This record gives sequence, structure tokens and C-alpha cells, in this order.
Amino acid sequence: MNDWSRAVSAHQADALASFATVTGNRGLQIEEALIFEQDSPGHCGVDLPEPAPFCNRLGGLERQGTIGLPGLSEPQIVRHFTRLSQKNYAIDCGLYPLGSCTMKHNPRLNEKLARVPGLADIHPLQPVSTVPGALELIDILAHWLKTLTGMPAIALSPAAGAHGELCGIMSIRAALEARGDRRIRVLVPESAHGTNPATAAACGYSVDPIPADATGRVDRAALEAKLGADVAALMLTNPNTCGLFEREIIEIADAVHRAGAFFYCDGANFNAIVGRVRPADLGIDCMHLNLHKTFSTPHGGGGPGSGPVALSASLAPFAPLPWIVHGSNGLELIEHKTAPAENSLGRLKGFHGQMGMFVRALAYMMSHGSDGLRQVAEDAVLNANYLRARLADDLSLSFPGPCMHEVLFDDGFLRDTGVTTLDFAKALIDEGYHPMTMYFPLIVHGALLIEPTETESKASLDRFIAVVKALAAAARSGDAARFRAAPVHTPRRRLDETAAARKPVLRWRPDPVQRRAAE
Amino acid sequence: MALLRFTRDHEWVRLDGDLAVVGITDYAQSQLGDVVYVELPEIGRRVEKGKEAAVVESVKAASEVYAPVAGEVAEVNDALAADPAKVNADPMGEGWFLKLRLADPKELDGLLDEAAYQQFVEEQP
Amino acid sequence: MRYLPLTANDRAEMLAAIGVDSIDALFDDVPEAARLAGPVDLPRAMGEIEVERLVSRMAARNVAAGSVPFFIGGGIYRHHLPAAVDHLIQRGEFLTSYTPYQPEISQGTLQCLFEFQTQVALLTGMEVANASLYDGATACAEAVMMANRVTGRRRAILSGGLHPHYREVCGTYARFVGFEVSAEEPLSGEDLPGLVDRDTSCVVVQNPDFFGEVRDYSGLAHICHDAGALLVVVVTEILSLGAILPPGEMGADIVVAEGQSLGNALNFGGPHVGLFATRDKFVRQMPGRLVGQTLDADGRRGWVLTLSTREQHIRRERATSNICTNSGLCALAFTMHLALLGEAGLTRLARLNHAAAVSLAERLEQLPGISLLNRTFFNEFAVRLPRCAAEIVEMLAGKGVLAGVPVSRFYPENDTLADLLLVAATELTTPEDIDRLEAGLREVLS
Repeated sequence: MNDWSRAVSAHQADALASFATVTGNRGLQIEEALIFEQDSPGHCGVDLPEPAPFCNRLGGLERQGTIGLPGLSEPQIVRHFTRLSQKNYAIDCGLYPLGSCTMKHNPRLNEKLARVPGLADIHPLQPVSTVPGALELIDILAHWLKTLTGMPAIALSPAAGAHGELCGIMSIRAALEARGDRRIRVLVPESAHGTNPATAAACGYSVDPIPADATGRVDRAALEAKLGADVAALMLTNPNTCGLFEREIIEIADAVHRAGAFFYCDGANFNAIVGRVRPADLGIDCMHLNLHKTFSTPHGGGGPGSGPVALSASLAPFAPLPWIVHGSNGLELIEHKTAPAENSLGRLKGFHGQMGMFVRALAYMMSHGSDGLRQVAEDAVLNANYLRARLADDLSLSFPGPCMHEVLFDDGFLRDTGVTTLDFAKALIDEGYHPMTMYFPLIVHGALLIEPTETESKASLDRFIAVVKALAAAARSGDAARFRAAPVHTPRRRLDETAAARKPVLRWRPDPVQRRAAE
Repeated sequence: MALLRFTRDHEWVRLDGDLAVVGITDYAQSQLGDVVYVELPEIGRRVEKGKEAAVVESVKAASEVYAPVAGEVAEVNDALAADPAKVNADPMGEGWFLKLRLADPKELDGLLDEAAYQQFVEEQP
Repeated sequence: MRYLPLTANDRAEMLAAIGVDSIDALFDDVPEAARLAGPVDLPRAMGEIEVERLVSRMAARNVAAGSVPFFIGGGIYRHHLPAAVDHLIQRGEFLTSYTPYQPEISQGTLQCLFEFQTQVALLTGMEVANASLYDGATACAEAVMMANRVTGRRRAILSGGLHPHYREVCGTYARFVGFEVSAEEPLSGEDLPGLVDRDTSCVVVQNPDFFGEVRDYSGLAHICHDAGALLVVVVTEILSLGAILPPGEMGADIVVAEGQSLGNALNFGGPHVGLFATRDKFVRQMPGRLVGQTLDADGRRGWVLTLSTREQHIRRERATSNICTNSGLCALAFTMHLALLGEAGLTRLARLNHAAAVSLAERLEQLPGISLLNRTFFNEFAVRLPRCAAEIVEMLAGKGVLAGVPVSRFYPENDTLADLLLVAATELTTPEDIDRLEAGLREVLS
């Protein structure tokens, strides 16, 4: 019987799967060399005319010798990067439950609008009279962000969240210097993200950590005990990095202000409360937003981001340049420390800010509207609590009670299994998921911080819950070897990070034997 | 038998003539994981008791190594630059970090002896 | 709502599973005084059609650079982007992936960044490069801070030829981070070698400089090194390295650059991509992310983020910098564009740029009342006009020509610079564009 049209039986499939291939490829997973290893000297993937002969004016400073860049054709380049893309996990591929990263769906409308020539093909130094629509868009974005935060002013130039934190702390320091008040300490919860103390230290402050209480929230008594006339600011994340809303935040804000200090809020977790709470109503003085978290601009494999900073009336005068203000003749771009920006702390970045991300974020906000954004926070919180309720018996919940948009577990459930948080995460990779945030925050042991976001369907969550339950059971049943070996189904297995750090190889270099042969 | 003492930050110090040899303990290296880099002080630098004298890095963590006693840096273990793994393989011997010319030998008396340090390690969570 | 998958049924089932009656119960921790009763005062949800209409209307009010003769540079340059680049960076696996902290499922991003790091090192003539920073200006400030760490000193000298935004950003960081920058005045005949002393951590120069002048900084490099200081060279037009001697061959210790010219559109100034390269001996003092090569459990070559203990999420207060993000997708676009160009394409593209600028300079030099300041240039130079450059630029804009950047836009207080105009030409500049500029200038200056 000719059986070519039948699927191979399971038994035969197992046998075949263990066969090595000639290429090392596995079906759609293609091994791909570096571009430097595929050089066709003289080749080019872009056809350009050669200029007519001319007298150059480089003053004899022409480059001597070659740069060493490889030449390839367009088909080779497209294939190269397409193959590489297929080795990446992405939001478009599946759930990305990274706590505090807010890996929500990246709408494609954002991409379309960011590429409209009237927005993408305009130069920041064009006469302002030729770009009124750009100023208008930025002004409308600012209005949306100010309304959502309740704050009167917003600095749009910081390029990312950490850059926004720097902007916030610099504004605070500028305000203190303006009133002749020299303060040297910044209070930071132990659960804070590492950028918080790094930023405070970078600005010359000494960092004083505040412990958490038994509920996972900042210990208010400890905080108030540390307040004094030498404290410049408190940096607080709310909801905090354990996924919990700081219930006593208004009392904390009052205490901070009574001490003459400023209240900086890390807005990384704004997705939990957008449209339901205005940070201004909590008493904060400045807060950075992450357009690439709450407002859906794509993570792009690590950037670019955008970190605007909402500012109170007392900090607004110190906002970094440039400012866009409503003048007598419409919107004006203020690029120097002239009125009303004479007390600006100066420039933090070249040009005007991450316009490409402004367009994307505004398209996102307009698509949702104020009602949709409120629904975003509700669904984000609902999804996280659903995971909490369904996994509470399988994992170990670090703190009691409901969470906000993310839920924190620790490695208690893995005790005596021989399986670590890391091993558990690597096994999750084999199941087709990017792991949750691990080992952060530092205040619990072997943390697992899960943030599903509002763009996950219930069906997606139910599948994830089933997998996590099964893995937890497998770990407890003593199957440690399977976890230690994971992942096995990925383009690469676990990589030797020790060797990478001990003997760093940070670029390709031509093989010396090949180079001598070529000479 | 050379005088050997320990700190609650998991450093050890051994008197070797008039020099104090300093390193990190076996417990410390096992907590850190594979050591990838060690940042050592310059010869001649004065360090205070309890203040940072060196930094030891693993892949995922960096820890300060505090001077158990005050003194002047007389020698550092250059071999660690090429082979930081010595800290993991032989933390009490070839994995030594630095040698101090002691300011005040009596400072050694305030440190834990071997038995007391073992007890302290057993109490760690 | 098209981006929210939960149905009313889903929500009811999930609330039941959690054991609460309504979503409000999950917001109980919010102080009553701060609870918003309903949506804030902003427009309600809109469909794609409506959002497109609103945003397009704003876009239509702007003069797109490609629609007119265009000569603006000043640190950001208009170049041709090959069609393949924008398609490739929009692949979901690149666009919607996160930082490659799980290397087993991020080899795409990691291999691309390793290629990027290699390309940057080759272009700049340096030994090692990072996986990018936010932009050229912040990279410049980071270079100064790194020089301070390496030398143990805290005073940097900034050339008057440094882009004014870069100078301003360095000044902001200096004020708050706690070091000094001493900036020379532009076009003031500065004597940088004479200023270097044993308190200098670094000298920062730009090549080509803000006015387009190309120089050899080898002599300055020696003087810096003799004094124990570092030489930092800034490049704002990365394409220039396709034609001119790279800073690595002049003795630079750190090279920073704006990479926007490769792979990235103008985008009204952002997002762009900062390049950072240095010598191997300084690698542990470098800010930003680094990708390193290694082997996996099966002995196959792969890549990981490495030397992470410099970074903020581990060192916290003791980090080399507070930077969290690189400019991932912009760096990827850079890598793709440069891979398409290759050696032959980049050098030819650089020749085209220089040829266009030479052609433009020859035409402008002949105009009465206009003189060229530069002895040398790559694709941008400065001309002195008979009167205020800003007014002339505004008038030419009214005639549909974007004639360049008046230097007074950056230095409004400096009267000696008020009649200076920076003019750039690239491979996109046509003879007709130059005709229109010349005609416009003749008209406005008559």
C-alpha cells in the first residue's frame, strides 16, 4: 500500500526527531551565520550611482584602507534578518508575563501613523512655521497625559523611563537649590527597581533604604522615622513592585511634604490605575510615565522608549528644554532658557524628544479614549487577580490579599524539590512562554512576578494557568532533571554566561589564518 | 598555626608575618556563584576597617569586600585577573585577594574565630 | 473595543473565580478621596478611521522634507532608506520582543546586536562598542562621565566645535552629577592643546565639527595622553566615516556618535540611536548594554547580554550609569541598512554625499555677498550671508525651500554668528534642488 499521504506514526516520529540533520537546521529553525562570515567582496544590496569626478575638499583626511564591512545582496540580507527574527519570542507570538514591563499588544495603527510623511519626514530644525502640526500633536499628547495624571505640567523630552527618573530627581534638586535648601538624602524602598537608587546616587544623593512591612507595602513608621530636614525626596513606585497599591500613600505624601521634601513616583505600574486614579490626587510631585509600557509603544528588542515626566506646579518651572507653550500667536517652541523657561534645568537630550513614540502613544490613547483607558486598568487588574486566585494553591503567594495588575509569588513552593526559580522559568520556555520576571523584587526569595496585561484573553490565561499548575506539580513530584535540562526545544539551550563574562568576546574579528591567506 | 579570623560579611583574614592576608570564605563564593571578575585596590592605598577594599563580581551579582582590619595595601593577587575562578576553587588559599600592612594588630581580636564563624554560617537562612 | 479581548461573560466568570462581586472590590486599597467615579474628561474611544483622520490632519499641516528642496542638517540628516529596512524591522519578532534577558529565545536580537557592535567598532576604528544608547548627545555626556571614572578627574574641556545640544546636555549632567565642563566659544580660534593639564579628564571634539570642518586630531590625542587625559571624539554624521579617517586611527579613547543617518528617518528628532565605542582596556567602565559571544549546553555558538554587573539593576547605587534601555529597534535598523550597503555601498554613498556638498558649495560661493567658511567639509558646511540668516531662511521657507539651519537658532545671544547658515547636501539632493536654492537666494538677497 502506498502510504505517502499519511502522517508518520508517533513511534516513528520520535525516532526521526532524534536524527541529526546535515545542516544543523531543524525544519523552520535555520542556523544563520554572521553577516561578516558571508562576505562577497564588492557586493552591495543598494544600487547607487558613482558620482562624476570632482575635486574633494576633505583636506587630505580621506580614510586609508578598508573598513572591513561585508558585502551582500538584498535577497541575502532579507533572508539573514528573517531567519534571525524567527529565533525571537515576542508579544506577537504569545503571552509575555513580565512583571512591571506591561507587555501589552502593540497596535499596528501606531506603526502606520508614525510613518505618515508629515510626521516621519520632518526635521527638528525646520522653521517652526513649517511644522505647526507637529507642535499640535505634541501639545495634544501633553494634554492627554496631564489629564490622566491630574498634573499641571509635563516634560516630554526624556528618552526612556530611567532618563525620566533622572529628569525627576534633577528637577527636585533644582527646586531645592532655588530655595537655598541643601538636602542630601533620598529615601527608596528596598523593593524598588535598581534604577531608582542608581538615579538618586547619580545626582549626588545618598540612598536610604526603607523596608517593607508584612503586607508587602512600604513600612510607613520606618519611613516617617527616616524623614528629616536633610531628606530631598522619597522615590516610591505605586502600585509597588510587589503589585500592591500603597494604601497609606496620601498619609505618606503628607509626611514627606511636612518634612519639606518632594514625592517622586515611579510610574512604571501606571497600567493598574490609569483612568481610575489620578496620581496628583495622591499627593505626588512628579512621576515618570513609560510610553512603552502603559501606552503600548513597541519594545523593539530593548528600545527605543519614551519617559515623559509629569510635574507639579512647584517643579514645573525647572522642566528640561525644550518647552512647547501656548503663546499669543499659537504654539511656540522654546529651546533656550528664556521666559517662561528661564529656570529650566537645561537640556537632557538632543533635539525635541521621542516624536515617533509620541505619535504611537497618542494613536493608542485616542483609540481607547478615556472610557477605554479606564477599562484597560480594570481588565489588567482583573486578569492578574484571576491568575492569583487560580494559582494560589500551586505556587506560594508572597503577600495576602488582592493584587493590582501584577501578582508576586516566591519560591516557597519549590522548597526541597531541587528546582530553582530559574529552572522553573526555563521549563516554562519549553512550553512556549517567555518566563515571568524572576528574582525581582529583592525582598522575597526567588521572586516570580507575573503581569498578564489587559490584552490577554481568558482562554490564553486558562492555558497559561494549566501549564503553570502542571509544572508546579512536576517539580514537586521530583522531576528535577527535566527542569535542570530545560529549555531543550529552543534555538539554543542554556548558554554559558560565566565564560561570556570571564573572557568577553564583544565583536567579530576575522580569523587570523584567513586574513594572512588573503594578504 | 597562622592566626585566622572571620567577619560577619564572610571575609577571612590570616596573619602572615606582619601582613594580613584577606579573602572571601567558601560560603561567600558558593553564594556568589562563578566569579567572573575581581576589582582590586592599588598598592599603597589605605583602607579602614569595615570599609570597601575590593569588589567581587559574579554573572548576576557584585559584592563589596570590606577590609576586616585597617591597613595599607601591600600586595594584591594579580593572578585573579587571568583566572578569577581561583576564588571559587580555592577561596582560602590561591583565591586570596590582598595583603594589608596592619595598622593595629589588636583589631583582629574583635573578629570571629573559626568556630564562631561556622556557627554564624549555620544560622544563615 | 478592538484591543481588549475580555467579554462581559469572561469578566463575570473571572470575578466569580476570584470571589468578589465587582471590579471595584479589587480597587479597595485606593483611598476614597482619590477614586475617580467615571472616565476623565477626554474624548471617548475612536475607531481606526477616526484616529487616522485626526492624526493625518495634523500631519498635513507640516511641510515634509521630501516635498521641497531640502538642505537642513545640524546633527540630523536626511538620507535614502532602502525599502527592505522598514519591512524587516516591522517583523513582529523584532518589533514586539523585549530586552533579550532570556537568551535561549532571543538569539535573533542578540545576534543582530553583536553584528551592530562589530559594525560600530569597524566604522569608528575602535576595539569595542556597546549595544547603543539613547542618542548622540546623551552618549556624549556618558563618555565624559566614563572619562571621569577612568582618570579619577572631574574636569572636561569641550571644543567650541561640539554640537551645541551635546554641549548643553553635558552641562546639565555636569551640574547635577557633580563634575565640571569648560566649553570653548564656537569659531573663537580655540587652543585645545594649551588648555589640557593634569586636572583634565578628557577633551571632547567633534569631527566633522558643528560647522562641518574636518580635522586630524592625532596631535591633540598625544597631548591628552601625555597629561593622563582621554580624547573623546564625537561624530554627528555617521556616514562621514565612509570617507574620512576614523577617530580610532587618530588616537581617540572614546568615540560617540549619532547613528540616525543609517536606517532611521528624521522623525522630528527622535527616536534616534547613540553609538559608543572605546578601547578594550576600558570595557568594564563602559555604560550601556553589551552582547557577548559564548557556547550553549550543546556546544553551539550563541550570544548573551554580558558584563551586566556594571548596570543599574544589579549595582544599584554603584552602577556605571542609570541607563536601562538601549535604542534596540533603531540600532537594528542601522545594522540592516549598513549590512545592505556593505563596504562598497557605504564608501560610494559617502562619495555621493561629499560630491553633492562640493557641487552645492561651488554654486553658493559664486553668489554675491556669500562666502564659505570652511577649508574642509564632508556633507555640511557654513556660509556667511550678507545679513541675518534666520530671516533669510524664513523667507526662503515661504518660497518653498528649506535652506538650512541658521546658527543663531542654537546661539541666539551671539551676534557674530547671526549671519551664519549651515547647509547640508546628501545623496538625495538633486541639481534642481540646488537650482531652486540658488534662485531663491538671489531673489532674497537682491
